[in-house]
Amino acid sequence: MNLIENVSRRGFLQGVVASGVFVLSARFVPEPLWAAEGEAAAPAIEPSLWMSIASDGTVTIVAHRSEMGCGSRTALPLVVADELDADWSKVKIDQAIGDPRYGEQDTDGSHSVRSYFDQMRLVGAAGRAMLISAAAAQWSVSTKDCATEPHFVVHRASGRKLGYGDLAAAAAKLPVPKKEDLQLKPKSEWRYIGKESNALFDLPDMVTGKAIFGMDATMPGMVYASIEHPPVLGQKIKSYDDKAALKVPGVQKTVAIDTVTPPHLFKPLGGVAVIGDNTWATFKGRKALKIEWDNNSPHSSYNSDAFRKTLEATSRQPGKVVRNVGDVDAAFAKGGKIIEAEYYTPHLAHVSMEPPVAVAEYRDGKVLAWAPTQNPQAVQETIAGVLGIKKEDVTCHVTLLGGGFGRKSKPDQVAEAAVLSKQLGKPVKVVWTREDDIHFDYFHSVAAMYMKAAVGADGKPTAWLQRTVYPPIGSTFNADAKYADDEMGLGWNNLPFDIPNHRAENGPADYHVRIGWFRSVANIYHAFAIHSFADELAHAANKDSVQYLLGLVGPQRIVELDLKGDEAEDAKRYPLDTARWRRVIEMVAEKSGWGKRSMGKGRGMGIAAHRSFLTYVATVVEVEVDNKGQVHIPNVWTALDAGTVVSPDNIRNQFEGAAVFGTSLALFGEITATNGVINQSNFHNYQLARMNRAPRHVDVQIVESDAPPAGVGEPGLPPFAPALYNAVFAATGKRVRELPLSKTKLV
Amino acid sequence: MIRFKVNGKEQTFDGDPDMPLLWYLRDVAGLTGTKFGCGMSLCGACTVHQNGAAIRSCSTAMKEVSGTDITTIEGITPMHPVQKAWMEIRVPQCGYCQTGQIMQAIALLKENKHPNDQDIDTAMSGNLCRCGTYQRIRAAIHQAAKELA
Repeated sequence: MNLIENVSRRGFLQGVVASGVFVLSARFVPEPLWAAEGEAAAPAIEPSLWMSIASDGTVTIVAHRSEMGCGSRTALPLVVADELDADWSKVKIDQAIGDPRYGEQDTDGSHSVRSYFDQMRLVGAAGRAMLISAAAAQWSVSTKDCATEPHFVVHRASGRKLGYGDLAAAAAKLPVPKKEDLQLKPKSEWRYIGKESNALFDLPDMVTGKAIFGMDATMPGMVYASIEHPPVLGQKIKSYDDKAALKVPGVQKTVAIDTVTPPHLFKPLGGVAVIGDNTWATFKGRKALKIEWDNNSPHSSYNSDAFRKTLEATSRQPGKVVRNVGDVDAAFAKGGKIIEAEYYTPHLAHVSMEPPVAVAEYRDGKVLAWAPTQNPQAVQETIAGVLGIKKEDVTCHVTLLGGGFGRKSKPDQVAEAAVLSKQLGKPVKVVWTREDDIHFDYFHSVAAMYMKAAVGADGKPTAWLQRTVYPPIGSTFNADAKYADDEMGLGWNNLPFDIPNHRAENGPADYHVRIGWFRSVANIYHAFAIHSFADELAHAANKDSVQYLLGLVGPQRIVELDLKGDEAEDAKRYPLDTARWRRVIEMVAEKSGWGKRSMGKGRGMGIAAHRSFLTYVATVVEVEVDNKGQVHIPNVWTALDAGTVVSPDNIRNQFEGAAVFGTSLALFGEITATNGVINQSNFHNYQLARMNRAPRHVDVQIVESDAPPAGVGEPGLPPFAPALYNAVFAATGKRVRELPLSKTKLV
Repeated sequence: MIRFKVNGKEQTFDGDPDMPLLWYLRDVAGLTGTKFGCGMSLCGACTVHQNGAAIRSCSTAMKEVSGTDITTIEGITPMHPVQKAWMEIRVPQCGYCQTGQIMQAIALLKENKHPNDQDIDTAMSGNLCRCGTYQRIRAAIHQAAKELA
């Protein structure tokens, strides 16, 4: 791995121009292309931030988002290449370091393409305009008479051509066009955006073992570290004995790390690090450590069974109102048919296949780190905070991520490597075991939901009350946070149902483990409660589930929501459109043969439709429950409307994967604690769907759309569990109201 | 001193005989295509071939490697039809588990030239993919089987 030195913009560009390269380089001169939202407008376009063209024609495009399997490292450069009219086979991708001058880099929230699609088009268009200008000048013709074909500027009248590499040096000396003067390609001329031919840039390396993940990063002279963390959050070391550990061949020494204090942020958890010559020695050394922990942690009484009762009791009491339409209390007081239900979902662990890992070196007051992180700027901020240095003095390089799912937005293990490196005076690679990963995750929250509806004579609800209670992600950043204020937009304050009286509430809850973002976040439990309950109402009304759902969504309209901040901004560009919601339901019903296929004994189909990360998704799951009560999933159909899409085949892959991820959490996923210690440890007791339990076939339909791009990494997941559970009800007549299904005997 | 072959080359090892092959490959030999996922033979990310059969290198101690031929993903050259099928079907998302999946699939097709879905499920269910690419893995194995036939 090469270590990158900072080169001043001026010196660098001079060198480059002298050597005849149109460059640019991004990572050396990161400045905002255009000012990020809310900042003062930048005066000029700087395509140089994002790409370079070498004299041999190689186009290097910078990916400033992390690649964890969702495809953003390929998708955004494809957009640049399309507008640049580059030949994709001559494109290389350079992964950006963490630097706030790139704008926001946290690859989460399914928003890489949504937030950067327009900017990347302008980057490519600016480069293309400069190449055309350079060619026109060389030919002494008007730029209007020139066009491009991949990697060439063409003079239409004479047929003359000049390659991008040949034009690079001249183009580099031209002024960057103004944003308003740029011409974007019409959709009909897109070569890459929306095309089936797009494949991941790293695909060849991934199938040959050449791809470099965080687990594969090394630094010269580094040592390895494995850390015995406090079993209960906040526990401190009373004493420890490392004599036996130090006798393990390859173990060099041990280092104690202070126990974390709230707020936990992304700070090291604390514990005892075993330092060694290789990973295995540190693992083996850890097993020989004898540590006595104190018993003073406020979390040592955390027991999942008792906590569930607390959450459920809270969910039966009025909470903070987060959305109110009409008057549910008045409607409930009128009497009529009242239906109530309670739902429960446990903690989950991310378990990306690559456990947390990082390598870092502290030297002369600065830190250099390589990590599989979703958020390299958080690495800078965290290490700066922990070591008391400036964040500008932390350089974070981003490797490929062996899965992320939100876990790798929290770089606590990178901070551990930096802390240890400072103590040891050499680069340190910290490797978490799978057991560490499961015990010490930033867990997906445990949640309890209470639902109540009054139903009219036509079977439709006249009033709908929903209440949700869970320790919020905010508790990781503010130990006093008890309400999930930042998670209400995740499928709770934006229900599109056509119900005259509707109230959504949130009750308080304490945290006892670190809580964090997990793929689809609160949408998982919110969607589980809402779409299970909708199906319960359909059956109570003796109506077909699809027709009932369409009735709930109601007529075509834009749903007005009282939103604030980013959500209000999003709603301007992405209004909540029930026509799009209805379309995915109708599409998936049609494709699945809903109501037209005869289901044998023990078979059934269920539906759920949910919008998250601004993408509309409807999913039908077909189940077969065998005579032992085991659930098989022969078919899943999903229809989605994500607006404009870049790589449709990758999107199908994301949604196929969401069905498997959904199967894992719906059938098996459960993390529990006893006296503050997590009970699960590896894949034998925290099971994932294997090929033989995964859906046999997943069909994904993408709505053709010109709407702005929305998310694709997460939205496939929320409707899956309720659709599966609704199918189980159709197959067995059993209404199960808690995840995972393995806790309930079906026969 | 343990003597064995890795990707056709003679190797020796005189470190901790309990060290799993996985960590020898990754930390000592620098062959990082073989991945760490669980350390308990539960996920298959560390799958390599020992005398042509798929094994979990995380649970195979160096002393058990003595006198055997080990093949890692780096030793699969030129590109195998399984790898080509993986590319054509575009199996990977994050890619981390895929080298283990590919090593398992190559071993399967060596034993069974025409596996049906059930055979593939049986052979591949020890290999976890958190991204959930199983449908494509199955399709790619069928395609590679056709190519090899």
